[in-house]
Amino acid sequence: MGNLWGRVFGEGIRTIMKVLVPVKRVIDYNVKARVKADQTGVDLANVKMSMNPFDEIGVEEAIRLKEKGKASEIIAVSIGPQQASETIRTSLAMGADRGILVKADGDVEPLAVAKILKAICDEEQPGLVILGKQAIDDDSNQTGQMLAALLGWPQATFAHTLAIGEGTATVEREVDGGLQTVEIKLPAIVTTDLRLNEPRYASLPNIMKAKKKPVAEKTPADYGVDTVPRLKVLKVTEPPKRVAGVKVKTAAELVDKLKEVGAI
Amino acid sequence: MASLVIAEHDNKVLKDATGKTIAAAAQLGGPVHLLVAGSDCGAVADAASKLPGVEKVLVADATEYARMLAEPMAALILSLAPNYTAILAPATTNGKNYLPRVAAKLDVPQVSEILSVESPDTFTRPIYAGNAIQTVQAPAGTKVITVRTTAFKAAEGAGSAAIEKVSAPADPGISKFVGEELSKSERPELTSAKIIISGGRGMQSGDNFHLLDKIADKLHAAVGASRAAVDAGFVPNDYQVGQTGKVVAPELYIAVGISGAIQHLAGMKDSKVIAAINKDEEAPIFQIADYGLVADLFKAIPEMEQELTRLGY
Repeated sequence: MGNLWGRVFGEGIRTIMKVLVPVKRVIDYNVKARVKADQTGVDLANVKMSMNPFDEIGVEEAIRLKEKGKASEIIAVSIGPQQASETIRTSLAMGADRGILVKADGDVEPLAVAKILKAICDEEQPGLVILGKQAIDDDSNQTGQMLAALLGWPQATFAHTLAIGEGTATVEREVDGGLQTVEIKLPAIVTTDLRLNEPRYASLPNIMKAKKKPVAEKTPADYGVDTVPRLKVLKVTEPPKRVAGVKVKTAAELVDKLKEVGAI
Repeated sequence: MASLVIAEHDNKVLKDATGKTIAAAAQLGGPVHLLVAGSDCGAVADAASKLPGVEKVLVADATEYARMLAEPMAALILSLAPNYTAILAPATTNGKNYLPRVAAKLDVPQVSEILSVESPDTFTRPIYAGNAIQTVQAPAGTKVITVRTTAFKAAEGAGSAAIEKVSAPADPGISKFVGEELSKSERPELTSAKIIISGGRGMQSGDNFHLLDKIADKLHAAVGASRAAVDAGFVPNDYQVGQTGKVVAPELYIAVGISGAIQHLAGMKDSKVIAAINKDEEAPIFQIADYGLVADLFKAIPEMEQELTRLGY
């Protein structure tokens, strides 16, 4: 792959890089998840659904790369139920060029998602895949890294800034102690953190235009991937609740209380 | 068979997250081996060998592990994987980065950020920003797990594990470290501090965080912030406590000028004692605080400082 990219870049065809942006339909981030009484999961009936916010940042970053002449085409991919086509349309309205909907009902685990995305990468040969660092439903934080491993590509997770160079990407990453900068060879995987950018709103004309953009419909079987979950969810419960304690009247009283209970 | 825990360190100091991850591994039954991958990390390996509950410390000392980049780390862990039934890493930004690569290559699902070990193949983990807790059973095969370290307590005591060098597989050579900007602070790290004082949007400016510094100095506390304060540019992102920042569970968490958005609560609600200072008595933070003070923080914080001084802190 390194040689191929060296050759492509050497010939000066620098802007042909396709960018793939996987997008997931999840519970809207403003909605509080409620656990079902039978403990089988979270109640998603009649709940507002939206694009995973980290994925939205990924779409925005891809569009900015295209605006800077660093990307030629943006392909939005969603793996999920028929309604995930709305999530793809949102990406198209923001500025992605075409979509691929891989229809799958029920939970699809990160590893299965990564396998489907690998098959799509084999077909589409993108130079970059930008994913959200995690989905706000299962909070797994795995898919990008797994995809990178399956492809044998490098990864830059938790991206804070992204710059495309000659056959490389330089990424500042948000790490526990601050920021870390890495340089990775393209093709590569980048996962977004919150401060990478602020996603745009789709304008009405762009929403109308998006309706005409092509969206291919596929199934996991088309890619030879089995999406049956491998982790067995035994139950889903409410987290332990904290109860409100006491109100104190002054800062001095607060300090005294904290000392009394041995907290300081 | 044994479990392999990946040590968290900076080549000089072994981080607390390691001991907590060992505590989780110990609950799987079977011996625990610890992998120290780093560069010039002899001091870390020595410290690791003294941790209780570790049978053997494996050391891979090579320049490519200096920054724990995911590609060489995953290659190294995969080279050791056949000897283990479980591989665990702390859910730090390092662990979250390299471990899913290992799981994918082993063709097993990863169980992320476990809160408890129910049995050697069953774990609980938070989903939906901690608004629900999932109990999951992993399939046969290697268990690949990241551990939410605040949910586990490191064992006390001392051990004397043997140190064994392991050879490094070839670096995939597709990534390189360029540089880093780490926050310099004399204070304890957020994820290991016993006391944390955090400021929110109510702080009004980055300069005002110095008010919290004074309290932090007296209490040997770490200083944190809500996402609102980070987004407003008051403090850098590595201060952030919350679902999208750091998850903490100190002995005492003091929330100052923080309203208590769901995403913030998800990062600190497991703290032992929570104190909150906010001028809005309707602020959701008061619903989970053990001690609430409805007051203007610009008046309350100096008063708090005075009282601490009076008490000899």
